[in-house]
Amino acid sequence: MAHEATAHQADAPAPIAMDHPEPNYVAVFIYLTVLTVLELVVYYMHLPTFVMISLLVALAWAKAVLVAMYFMHLALEKRTLAVIALTPVTIVTFLCFMLLPDLTARIWAKTQMHQQVTAEAHAPAEH
Amino acid sequence: MSEAAAVETHAPVVIDRTEPQLTPGNTGKLGMWMFLVGDAMTFGVAIAAYGALRIGNVNWPRPSDILGIDTTAFMTFVLICSSLTMVKALSGIQHGNVAQLKKYLALTVLGGLTFLGLQAYEWNMLINYEGLSIKTSLFSATFFALTGFHGMHVFGGVCYNSTILANAMRGHWPGANAKIVEIAGLYWHFVDLVWILIFTFVYLI
Repeated sequence: MAHEATAHQADAPAPIAMDHPEPNYVAVFIYLTVLTVLELVVYYMHLPTFVMISLLVALAWAKAVLVAMYFMHLALEKRTLAVIALTPVTIVTFLCFMLLPDLTARIWAKTQMHQQVTAEAHAPAEH
Repeated sequence: MSEAAAVETHAPVVIDRTEPQLTPGNTGKLGMWMFLVGDAMTFGVAIAAYGALRIGNVNWPRPSDILGIDTTAFMTFVLICSSLTMVKALSGIQHGNVAQLKKYLALTVLGGLTFLGLQAYEWNMLINYEGLSIKTSLFSATFFALTGFHGMHVFGGVCYNSTILANAMRGHWPGANAKIVEIAGLYWHFVDLVWILIFTFVYLI
């Protein structure tokens, strides 16, 4: 203990060594918990698919932003660091747009196939 | 003219200001951010690939038919709690309180281990009781790849935090200890952040 106390006195940084003021961590934790409960509420409400997905994605991003801003201190750091942190989000968003033509083509091909099968099924009845 | 230019070229360069640092006084923090940006791209691409395989796939099962949503919601809560204990540990050492650091860092490690234990339980149920493997379907392949990759990050975080805790227990304190805890915290919160997204995209939607 004595060794620890000495080490503490010699090496521990003084309170003024902090880069920025301390956020209210407990409040952030409560927000995160409430948002998680909200996610479960939305999930179990059996809403229309599009509404449910939109709400769940919005809630997830709200939680992610809270963690990044306050637990990871992005809100208190220089803004350029936040811009750097946003880079992967931007690039992955572009990636999603780049995947869209392929996905659209796949869904379109499936729809065409489905229509063709339906048409063939109905064809003998019409003659 | 050309002589003057030559003289100018060889004139000593005087820097009258210092380059403003993104993370003043803590270069390691910037280093960790650079790593996290790269890691975020890996996770982002993995989640985008998962979405691309799933959209328009009529054979994709409803996740809740196979996965336990309530258990996973609890796992999310455990990670959020461990993020809180991590910032409490940082707050402790920033105020020079080593006892608080040890207590909350131990709780953070415990949170990580609880998460890993629950994940092991979930995987055991899926593999041994539901008969799922990484080869079963696109659903299982993406599920095991995403949650496994994240689980390895949690394991890495547990080792990382345990090392700092072990040093704290032995009383080995480098001068920049608060910075070390802050940098480890960045990694740990990132793991929490990624789980928040995986929980939504893989389990809920």
